[in-house]
Amino acid sequence: MAIEQKMIDIIAEQLSVDKEKVVSGASFTDDLGADSLDLVELIMAMEEGFDIEIPDEDAESITTVQNAIDYVKKLK
Amino acid sequence: MSLEGKIAVVTGGSRGIGRAIALRLARDGAKVYINYVSRADAANAVVKEICDAGGSAGAVQFDVAQSDAVQKAFDGIIAEAGTIDILVNNAGITRDGLLARMKEEDWDAVLSTNLKGVFLCSRAGGKIMMKKRTGRIVNISSVVGVTGNAGQVNYAAAKAGLIGFSKSMAQEYASRGITVNCVAPGFIETEMTAKLKKDVQDAILKSIPLKVLGQSEDVAAAVRFLVSDDARYITGHTLHVNGGMYM
Repeated sequence: MAIEQKMIDIIAEQLSVDKEKVVSGASFTDDLGADSLDLVELIMAMEEGFDIEIPDEDAESITTVQNAIDYVKKLK
Repeated sequence: MSLEGKIAVVTGGSRGIGRAIALRLARDGAKVYINYVSRADAANAVVKEICDAGGSAGAVQFDVAQSDAVQKAFDGIIAEAGTIDILVNNAGITRDGLLARMKEEDWDAVLSTNLKGVFLCSRAGGKIMMKKRTGRIVNISSVVGVTGNAGQVNYAAAKAGLIGFSKSMAQEYASRGITVNCVAPGFIETEMTAKLKKDVQDAILKSIPLKVLGQSEDVAAAVRFLVSDDARYITGHTLHVNGGMYM
């Protein structure tokens, strides 16, 4: 649960959206209004927040809130 | 119109044009971090001059072409000052020579410091500016980046490269309130041009409609304008400060 909550906080802050909108199936670009630079910033914020390294090829596959949570869970 | 409360980083700020830029930004209220690579005495002298005049400054040693050193230095500045508002990429070297005789290491050294250094510092500085949704980056190019100059294929290539770099970065970062511009000085009276022989200097003067060499302060004034609020609608531009040498 800790990872989920922290991820939602990071996404909501980085994309300047309400936390209620950050539901598991939400797509960063389609539902949360992120542009390409937002995605880069978001990945950087995740790396910082969870103290992990996300290679570019992995970053491309992280397109939804659930993707991001699953990715971090796998590493932790 | 003051820069009060702003944090500025000037690479290669211990001498010449960089020194003039550091002094000018500090005079107008910014706290200036002066990067140097080898001349600690010169950098500390600039810091002292600023502090004696009631300003605020610090000296930071790092090689702009070393990725880890750059990141560490920027992290350190942000930890101390809280942020970075202004980045002036001024650090540059020359290794002149005709192409036919130019050594590969002379090419690599100039491209590393003058072009890769700007990439590394802009990436590091741009990160915090992106978070704040505001920032000013000014890259010091050169008239020879636009006109070319025999004996400077490496320097001219790097300085031309900066213009393309700045336009591209300006497009990427515009949505974050960050402007990226170049200032392209012509012949400026510095240690470098003082070494030129009298006849070479005379030949240069003939090519300058305003008939005098520029001063470092002329370049600093252009930088000062581009980092100001007055320049908020200018990005991706190259401002020529060359006495009309190239128009």
